[in-house]
Amino acid sequence: MATVAEIFKTMEYGPAPESDKEALAWLGKHDGTFGHYVGGAWTRPGKTFDVINPATAKVIARVTNGTKDDVDAAVGAAKKALPAWKALAPHARARYLYAIARGIQKHSRLLAVLEAMDNGKSIRETRDIDVPLAARHFYHHAGWAQLLDTEFAGYEAIGVVGQIIPWNFPLLMLAWKIAPALAGGNTVVLKPAEFTPLTAMAFAEIVHETGLPPGVVNLVNGHGETGAAIVDHPGVDKIAFTGSTEVGRIIRKATAGSGKKLSLELGGKSPFIVYDDADLDSVVEGVVDAIWFNQGQVCCAGSRLLVQEGIAERLVVKLRARMEKLRVGSPLDKAVDMGAIVAPVQLDRIRELVQQGVDEGATMWQPSWACPTEGCFYPPTLFTDVQPSSTIAQVEIFGPVLVTMTFRTPEESVALANNTPYGLAASVWTESINLALDIAPKIKAGVVWVNSTNLFDAAAGFGGYRESGFGREGGPAKRAVTGELPLIDRTPKLFIAGKQARPDGAYTRRIVSPSGAAVGEAPEGNRKDIRNAVEAAHAAKGWGRATGHNRAQILYYIAENLAVRAEEFAARIEAMTECGKKRARQEVDASISRLFTYGAWADKYDGAVHSVPIRGVAIAMNEPVGVIGIACDDRYPLLGMLSLVAPAVAMGNTTIVVPSQPHPLAATDFYSVLETSDLPAGVINIVTGDKDALAKVLAEHDDVEAVWYRGGREGVKAVELASASNMKRTWATWDDRDWLDRDEGEGREFLRAATHVKNIWIPYGE
Amino acid sequence: MRELDIKVGAVCVYHALVPTAVEALAGSDIPVAAVSTGFPAGLSPIEQRIEEIGASVAAGAKEIDIVITRAHVLTGNYEALYDEVRRFREACGAAHMKAILATGELATLGNVARASMVAMQAGADFIKTSTGKEGVNATIPFGIVMCRMIRDYFERTGYAIGFKPAGGIRTAKTALEFLYLMKEELGDRWLRADLFRFGASALLTDIERQLEHSVTSRYAAAHRHPMP
Repeated sequence: MATVAEIFKTMEYGPAPESDKEALAWLGKHDGTFGHYVGGAWTRPGKTFDVINPATAKVIARVTNGTKDDVDAAVGAAKKALPAWKALAPHARARYLYAIARGIQKHSRLLAVLEAMDNGKSIRETRDIDVPLAARHFYHHAGWAQLLDTEFAGYEAIGVVGQIIPWNFPLLMLAWKIAPALAGGNTVVLKPAEFTPLTAMAFAEIVHETGLPPGVVNLVNGHGETGAAIVDHPGVDKIAFTGSTEVGRIIRKATAGSGKKLSLELGGKSPFIVYDDADLDSVVEGVVDAIWFNQGQVCCAGSRLLVQEGIAERLVVKLRARMEKLRVGSPLDKAVDMGAIVAPVQLDRIRELVQQGVDEGATMWQPSWACPTEGCFYPPTLFTDVQPSSTIAQVEIFGPVLVTMTFRTPEESVALANNTPYGLAASVWTESINLALDIAPKIKAGVVWVNSTNLFDAAAGFGGYRESGFGREGGPAKRAVTGELPLIDRTPKLFIAGKQARPDGAYTRRIVSPSGAAVGEAPEGNRKDIRNAVEAAHAAKGWGRATGHNRAQILYYIAENLAVRAEEFAARIEAMTECGKKRARQEVDASISRLFTYGAWADKYDGAVHSVPIRGVAIAMNEPVGVIGIACDDRYPLLGMLSLVAPAVAMGNTTIVVPSQPHPLAATDFYSVLETSDLPAGVINIVTGDKDALAKVLAEHDDVEAVWYRGGREGVKAVELASASNMKRTWATWDDRDWLDRDEGEGREFLRAATHVKNIWIPYGE
Repeated sequence: MRELDIKVGAVCVYHALVPTAVEALAGSDIPVAAVSTGFPAGLSPIEQRIEEIGASVAAGAKEIDIVITRAHVLTGNYEALYDEVRRFREACGAAHMKAILATGELATLGNVARASMVAMQAGADFIKTSTGKEGVNATIPFGIVMCRMIRDYFERTGYAIGFKPAGGIRTAKTALEFLYLMKEELGDRWLRADLFRFGASALLTDIERQLEHSVTSRYAAAHRHPMP
């Protein structure tokens, strides 16, 4: 190892190895041998094949080659599980998917290391992209599961879905296939790719830990014949396939006339178009992410670089300089840019195609450094002087090989971009929004990235979920009931700026039940407490800039922490309202479900793109209203509050909440749930006391953007009158809602109240 | 390690302390740098700012850190910016000039890029992110933009300009992030003191802590290291 003094001179990077100890221990626990996961149990290993680490060429596991009988058993298990699974309440399925998302996060490093060992891709990518995105898909679809009956009314689950996934993003493709299928009420038989089955095996363990009903997810290992057995099986209702176009074609033929639904995500030869006004330094980094991400083994890789002639030479110089700095090496080194090619057969194909490119007259360039000699490595490769008719310009290489062509006019760039049998993705680079918006619609591709590339997210429609179908048969969710907890007497306080605060006036209100029994005491907030709370809500405005995904996670987390204390909250509600144990418990359960609903919505309440009578688009963006004062319904101490607060917070608003005046203690109990749920300080502030008086202070406050009020007619009038001071938005009603009812208590009405729409007009064309 | 002769690049002080610093560093080869031109806001009359440079150079400062007029950038008046930096350059004479862009007050990365290029064209030997007094100081995005401008300027003219991120670099980890940035964007040549500097007062203690940790495998405490 180099000494510090030597490093001062050389300034070289050292190795930064990620440990494989836990992953090896995990493989050891399974004796490095896997059967299939069928009907909620592992099958005994049968005839196996080797799983090889492409970076070391060493065998790291053996998995069973699935037979027709294995597939038969898996489809049988999926069929058996289907009726109960699709009849389950949406909220129950949402909980399972949420648990899987959490499971992936909890075991994220194991999954990342396994993936790097199995596939050869770098730990940097598996740790920062593959695994977090896989979890994100389950979170996002937990949301769709929750909203299924309201947002996909009339859709039915398709049934048993057969899924065959590729080796380039093993866990991510699995998530992308399984999450929407389960959300829609389908059951699944999935075959991982034969090169990369290991994270799927770890996933089976995660699923098992969540207690997912047996047979809902079944994993059968194997090669092409195993996949064919799934495709041909009469018990399978839909086939979802991602992989090569050749195999896609075989599957299309095999399923023709069978009545099976089919979705195919196949190859590409995506254009990466650079106009002469683009920021070339950003372009270079874009190219790195387009074609050297995952060693170029990406279906939507930007593999054809189309450059405007005047800047081509300069860009190629910059690209070569950047390529010279890329580092290829052990996938478990945290500081390498590129890992190994998945298998020798793929490496051979890349070599052959590169040779063919040279033979056909193109100029090949590779960096001066050498790749590791052991294992399947291939350097980043750049071709110039490429003809549109060259083989390397037409066929998908699926490796770190970029071909460059030039154009002179935007029209030529579009012609070149569209001159391909594929049409998956495209990337457009220019500093002119006019040009970008002119070109993007002209390119025949499912995704167009402007000044960016390879951006993926569960919310941006990775296809599939609508086609996977959705069911809407209800039924109460079963959930574990924890034992009765004795209550310890507590001193409720106000909750302002993330801290428990004693009320400014230092008065306390006795809380009694309808029959007159003492229930406890609540702090009596006054106008100064409201002032402080509004200041705190303004200081928390960064919440509106947090991502929808981030807000969703926190809402789910609040639900999770509330669920742990469900019995306690039910007891509190029952003591305050004397509504009966069962109703109180219903209220808590509905509250948890409501939090899930708005967790679901947080990353889905999309804006719209309107077609307007100009050449261009009008983009309607939903924005948070800002600081909202919320005076809650009296009758449902917890659910009435959360039904208003959750949508406000989900959309990025910050809030000052005045809870039920007669029954405020569920709200004061609730702040300790918030404190354990990573909610940033000031997003939810709780001030108990005289509801109408506090609501009036909020309505008069010029720095409050909206007031929601539920109470008597007099209170409504007072709020609406006072709101005239700054013409704030009000939503004040005296209607009597049944908050337990999903149709009345949640949905788009609430989201509309929590958002402003901003329309941005963008004419385009050059 | 001793033969590496590791020492600070310069000691940077206000004008009033230049004589003290020069005296203290006599015979050490360590230059004294003076923050100048109405540091940190740069809003005093232009003649006064130019006189300030002359006074610090006369007092023995070998390096001058000038601050630019942010308004020139925010209003797109790059000619005025060029003229201003040019006059500072002339006032510096043989002294080495660092141009502080106060990136945290330039609003956009595009402005940072343009201000960097103009400052280099007007004769800055170094471009520096911040005075340390702005709300946002040295960040990686500012660093990337400024380094790419330095690269561009070098490719077009052959002149290598230095880079100094300043303000907020308190940990060894942040320092490493900037070292990666230089290595990746500009190359190893920019890892040496003549082309790369950063403020080290709070940083030094953290580096000592990390060195202690690497030797003992125990996490070190700042209060157990003497203040620099």
